[in-house]
Amino acid sequence: MRKFRQADWDEPLIFELSREGRVGFFTPSIEPGVRDPIGEVEDHIPANMIRESLPKLPELSEIEVLRHYLHLSQMNYGVNSGLIYPLGSCTMKYNPIINEVIASYPKITEIHPDQDESTVQGILEIMYQLKDWLLTLTGMDDGSFEPAAGAHGEYLGNLLIRAYFKEIGEIEKRSEIIIPDSAHGTNPASAAMAGFKVVEIPSKEDGCLDLEALKSVVGDHTAGLMLTNPNTLGIFESEISRITEIVHKAGGLTYYDGANMNAILGKCRPGDMGFDIVHLNLHKTFSTPHGGGGPGACFVGVKSFLSDFLPVPIIEEKDGEYRLNYDKPKAIGKIKGYYGNISPILKAYAYTLSLGGSGLKESSEIAVLNSNYVATKLKNIRGLSLPCSPDKPRKHEAVLSAKKMMDETGVRALNISKKLLDFGIHAPTVYFPLIVPEALMIEPTESESLERLEELIFAFKTISDLAYSKPDEVLDAPKNTSVNRLDEVRASHPKTMCLSWRNYCTISKQQT
Amino acid sequence: MNKSHPYLPNSVPEIKDKMMDELGIKSIEDLYSDVPEELIFKGTLDIPGPYTEEEVKTIVFNQSQKNSDFKCAPFLGGGVWPHYVPSVVDEVIHRAEFLTSYTPYQPEISQGMLQAAFEYQSLICELVGMEVSCASLYDWSTALGEAARMANRLTQRDVIIVPYLISPQRLAVLKTYAEPAGIRVVQADYDKSSGLMELEDLKEKVNENTAAVYIENPSYLGFIEERVESIAEIAHDANALFIVGVNPISLGILKAPGNYDADIVIGEGQPLGNHMNFGGPLLGIFACRNDPKMIRQIPGRIIGMTQTLDGSKKGFSMVLQTREQHIRREKATSNICSNEALCALAGAVYLSLLGPNGLRELCRVVVNRAHYAMRRVNELTNVRAPLFRSFHFNEFTVGFEGIEVEDVHKSLLKKGIHGGKILKRDFPELGEVALYCVTETHKKKDIDLLISSLKEILEVEE
Repeated sequence: MRKFRQADWDEPLIFELSREGRVGFFTPSIEPGVRDPIGEVEDHIPANMIRESLPKLPELSEIEVLRHYLHLSQMNYGVNSGLIYPLGSCTMKYNPIINEVIASYPKITEIHPDQDESTVQGILEIMYQLKDWLLTLTGMDDGSFEPAAGAHGEYLGNLLIRAYFKEIGEIEKRSEIIIPDSAHGTNPASAAMAGFKVVEIPSKEDGCLDLEALKSVVGDHTAGLMLTNPNTLGIFESEISRITEIVHKAGGLTYYDGANMNAILGKCRPGDMGFDIVHLNLHKTFSTPHGGGGPGACFVGVKSFLSDFLPVPIIEEKDGEYRLNYDKPKAIGKIKGYYGNISPILKAYAYTLSLGGSGLKESSEIAVLNSNYVATKLKNIRGLSLPCSPDKPRKHEAVLSAKKMMDETGVRALNISKKLLDFGIHAPTVYFPLIVPEALMIEPTESESLERLEELIFAFKTISDLAYSKPDEVLDAPKNTSVNRLDEVRASHPKTMCLSWRNYCTISKQQT
Repeated sequence: MNKSHPYLPNSVPEIKDKMMDELGIKSIEDLYSDVPEELIFKGTLDIPGPYTEEEVKTIVFNQSQKNSDFKCAPFLGGGVWPHYVPSVVDEVIHRAEFLTSYTPYQPEISQGMLQAAFEYQSLICELVGMEVSCASLYDWSTALGEAARMANRLTQRDVIIVPYLISPQRLAVLKTYAEPAGIRVVQADYDKSSGLMELEDLKEKVNENTAAVYIENPSYLGFIEERVESIAEIAHDANALFIVGVNPISLGILKAPGNYDADIVIGEGQPLGNHMNFGGPLLGIFACRNDPKMIRQIPGRIIGMTQTLDGSKKGFSMVLQTREQHIRREKATSNICSNEALCALAGAVYLSLLGPNGLRELCRVVVNRAHYAMRRVNELTNVRAPLFRSFHFNEFTVGFEGIEVEDVHKSLLKKGIHGGKILKRDFPELGEVALYCVTETHKKKDIDLLISSLKEILEVEE
């Protein structure tokens, strides 16, 4: 394995670098012609509302601020700067540089959202076209970019379900959303936020939805079903048409969580599977960078019968002119300020153009090829297995289990993931889905070359060998990252929890 | 044409074949053999491309040219404000290690983002006068929705009282968040002369069902809500929470809400080093008092400072994850997962660059220029700014007489100037009024140009 070593600058907190009087920004001066007639600014603020002491922000020169944050950047790991980022369910594909370039055009970045429609025709056209392409890919009829992220899209989806049943007068009885136990945590959280009761159903041994379990819970109290397909195990729900039919027959609606859409672009479409609502994570499938946790970007597509409920405004086109229509009396209102996370939407637009329809389809095919390649090789490594229908092809991701390794050597999925960090490889998603013991959820994406996949496989092989020979070397990991294992119990313990510099100063004072 | 796409290393036919051989399959279709035949998409995807990088650049550049140029920054605010973004901010947020990382689920290899997020929380706390902040929410309006729901959980009461002159957009989002939780939104009236919240009306409306009282400072229409101590007292006397929404830039000169007894402070972090980007991504600020009961109810990610297991070094990690959806599922405090981490990073760099003195100076420029603009507007006939007799920060209402505000707006556009936001749709009772915003990006010459243009427009009308 290569000798990876992450930077460790032992970087102080920015507050500790402060020196009175320094500043990193040249504030424009007030022109005399502006200052003289107005006089002291303090005279224009109510006396009781003037801030007596300045906020205790740090005082640094420009280069000090720059270096501090560049040091911190070197103590972080990105898909473009790292080696391989097989974080399952997160679709960490290459974030193309051209996308950043076009999203930095001043005539995009400096547009105010309340500008007159006639002055923002370019950006409205981009959104309108991208919407059209996403509808083609999902097989839906209409949609909205308003939600800020996937979970926000789920919330919108649930509000649409709510609005629909209100409209037809069934909201009182239709109070339940059915969600399989292998679903992302955001699914039940979003349904609950929208006021629904969550009914969880167990998955079958092969990880697929249990039709009998579904049948036993659907009824006239069912508002809907939320599902990913392929599911979180990376397995395609072959009975999907039957599943959506069962829910529809009971009068419920069907929601497609598009977190796993990267497996099926151009191959099959949620709209054809019988889904009424779909969300896509543009920061996963459409290559927009995740920024260390956000911003995400989301598109929610619906079948035409739900179109009237979509949040306002709706972008419309007439004779080549684009406008924002707020006149939608049945709309659920707004779920976010303005129109969505435009900058990532633009990047998704550039990504779609870079690949085209044929390239998008090929990207899914290669993502699936890569994940099957990795799964097939990994399941033969000592201590690892591919539970839940090992012979079925995976889609974009695969969930391995390290249960055997844990039983035989004490090395757990967590330890494997930490040891991978020592090889300069980002860890997979661990302990999810909950139905697989010691789960390692691996999604290589189409961005990785065969050589990188081999390096990943070799890293697992090396870790397995170590686990069975010198397990301490795995249990001790990581050693090559900026810091070793952290005390996460201390981090959340009421007595030691420290959530800000101010909080730290208070705690320090109490201790002395 | 290439045999393989630059984004797809394994699209080289020989490599693909080799990999398929290893898997013992003849075609990629074999990997989709479990997809029922009738579901296989057989149409053609009507999506243009693939285009070369140069072509993509040209296409998007040409489209961006369809967005208009103005002679100066638009005089628009109201939730997104035109401020200058220092180059260092853009440099930092474009570092691949930050930009292209996921949520820091593996803290050991993500200390950079975790420390930066901790610093963001700390800087926000200093600014708003609180000890606890979350790592970010989507924007001000969703932060308001989350704050209402948190107040509802904490108090077990179901009414939130908000100002009548609230941002209509934030009100709309609040209602979307409140309704499914059974929370009712009630609006307190305003004093017709000053615009400030009518305290008598507030007192009448606050009762044992009130979960929280919410104000915006500066208010949506730009005036400073100065009776904050009284409002806090009215809320607290009824055991309701006091929530304050802010434009964080204003806190370089305005009293921090933590110093007038706010329980939760929310706001829009966009002006802290984030471009306007047609309204997204934005940065939802969410901070609260250091009260364990409140902390356990905070929505979204929080980063804490801890140390390594061997105690040798400080380090950072996500904390109190048991509040969050990936652990607590339907019982989570919120469904939020992805947040606005990169925008928060921009905010941290911005506040570090400005420091306390830079921020105070920026406030002076902004307030001074805004007041200069109001003064100049008032030199014109049949125009008045502001409508309300109260103190204003950097936004203000401009009222027109004898001419429709839409006509003024259109005439300004023809002259290459984007005027303020027309308020007629949302507040028809105010008349022919627009909401103007002035920041440091509006120079004296820009304001003078606005005034001379308005003068020309109004004279033609006469």
